[in-house]
Amino acid sequence: MESNKNFVVGIFDDEDVLIHAVENVREKGLRIHEVYSPFPVHGLDEALGYKRTRLPIASFLFGLTGTTLALFTQTWMLGYDWPMDIGGKNHASLPPFIPVTFEFTVLLSAFGMVITFLIVSNMKPYSWPRQFDLRSTDDKHVMAVDLAENGMSKDEIGRLLKQNGASEVNEKNF
Amino acid sequence: MQVTSSIREPLVTGGKTVRDVSEDISRQVEGKPTNLWWMAIGISLVLLLYGLYCVCMMLWHGIGMWGLNKTVGWAWDITNFVWWVGIGHAGTLISAILLLFRQRWRMSINRAAEAMTIFAVICAASFPAFHMGRLWLGFYWALPFPNAFGSLWVNFNSPLLWDVFAISTYFSVSLVFWYMGLIPDFAVIRDRAVRMGHNTRALIYNALSFGWQGGAKTWMRYESVALILAGLSTPLVLSVHTIVSMDFATSVIPGWHTTIFPPYFVAGAIFSGFAMVLTLLLVTRKVFKLEDYITIYHVELMNIIIIITGSIVGIAYITEFFIAWYGQVPAEQYAFINRATGPYWWAYWSMMTCNVISPQLFWFKKIRTNLVSTFILSIIVNIGMWFERFVIIVTSLHRDYIPSSWSMFHPTMYDIGQYIFTFGLFFTAFFLFAKFFPVINMAEVKSIVKATSEKKH
Repeated sequence: MESNKNFVVGIFDDEDVLIHAVENVREKGLRIHEVYSPFPVHGLDEALGYKRTRLPIASFLFGLTGTTLALFTQTWMLGYDWPMDIGGKNHASLPPFIPVTFEFTVLLSAFGMVITFLIVSNMKPYSWPRQFDLRSTDDKHVMAVDLAENGMSKDEIGRLLKQNGASEVNEKNF
Repeated sequence: MQVTSSIREPLVTGGKTVRDVSEDISRQVEGKPTNLWWMAIGISLVLLLYGLYCVCMMLWHGIGMWGLNKTVGWAWDITNFVWWVGIGHAGTLISAILLLFRQRWRMSINRAAEAMTIFAVICAASFPAFHMGRLWLGFYWALPFPNAFGSLWVNFNSPLLWDVFAISTYFSVSLVFWYMGLIPDFAVIRDRAVRMGHNTRALIYNALSFGWQGGAKTWMRYESVALILAGLSTPLVLSVHTIVSMDFATSVIPGWHTTIFPPYFVAGAIFSGFAMVLTLLLVTRKVFKLEDYITIYHVELMNIIIIITGSIVGIAYITEFFIAWYGQVPAEQYAFINRATGPYWWAYWSMMTCNVISPQLFWFKKIRTNLVSTFILSIIVNIGMWFERFVIIVTSLHRDYIPSSWSMFHPTMYDIGQYIFTFGLFFTAFFLFAKFFPVINMAEVKSIVKATSEKKH
């Protein structure tokens, strides 16, 4: 990770105060690095201006792969590679293939999406995250502002965060 | 700044703050296990070891050690399989279906219920796996692997093969869903460990949390993943017991060959699953002092689901009888009369009493809000559901088409031993989970504390 980055870290106690603060400071032209919360805060992603995640599309495509693969495999195995006479029925008919196709669709869709999520979020069991404040998993919302991304000085940013309801403002260097 | 509603009862009592949630739930992971916990895990391990002995004997000598005979070729093994799979259904119902319906009372019970699902499915899967006799060859028989016969593939027309796919998908997707929920909570324990100076614990829980940081962007993606997993799990959970019921419904055995089976099995599964969730949670809430998170209100809501699903099961029993008479197929009529009045009448009437009559007691508010009566009834319901599967399976088989092959089923100590084995496995796994993993979803409960917590008086 990048070294010697300087951050101003604002601590917020309440999620409603936080959302207003995010909206206000962004209006004032402050670029927020990221906000860390102990639980999902609804509306925070809109306030931060994040685009909607495309994970549902990924999940759909994985599901589609599963459906195609399962239907193709079953039809090929029982209809072409080794046709079996089971009770005089068709070698390959659609209805009995539906359960396995459905299960395989769900399996690929779920696993594909979760693995994509871990990759795009850069989550690995052996990586230690950059922690701006340890309380961000407990009860505080932590807004990190990167000095390199902003033209303002530390004091200016600190004052702005305090004005918008931050209960504490700290500095953090990595 | 807390808001209280005058219409709904609070979901978290005791005036908890966000901080209290981390403290209360993490404390039992961090502290030394109590004597009560050692006792519980000790008993579970004894059951597991005795069961393991029976399982090893059975593996060594073959499944002839079970009490099966030529007529009753399926008995306790498949009964226990269906029973355990059914129990597993409540976890996914709570975490997925109630999430889609935005039922917030699921939040403090979903973690333990999902854990129960996973362990119950493992127990369930052990029965068909052992029934294959040569467990080590099971993968080749059950999955479409290329083999030396040319390749001779598995039969995708068979409901037993559908079961393999349904159960393994259900297990793995439930596991992923459960683990996704655990990730932010592992990070809570990691950060507390850092502050307390426990470096090894911090490392372990960091690895378990995949280096979770909790940024707004990650939370946004995380919520999207959780919603889609819930959307996928909902048809999945309904499909699993549907497919299990097709093991019977697609056959031509009288008493099995009915179209009512899929919905009837799903309702029964949720019924028994909620009963098991109650049995486990009433103990867990006492042992870990979670009375403020799992309140009487939660217990009452679960009991209401038990009344609903129990009544559906009751209607299904009556419908089966009606259709047997109305269908005018002598074999079918005989199968049902024989169930109620034949040599297995005691199993049938135990099922009727436990499943149809006993849950109706929950119409009384005093009974459904009382912990002792709920605990007793939750066990009775599970006994009843075990008998339901036993009745369906054994009574339909024991009267074969030729009277000379009529027979009875008598379990041996190895039938019983393997059932005990799964109990040992289930409770050992559950108590280990309850000690080392946070039993309540902290992140979700924290998100509702402000809106639905009781004010401090």
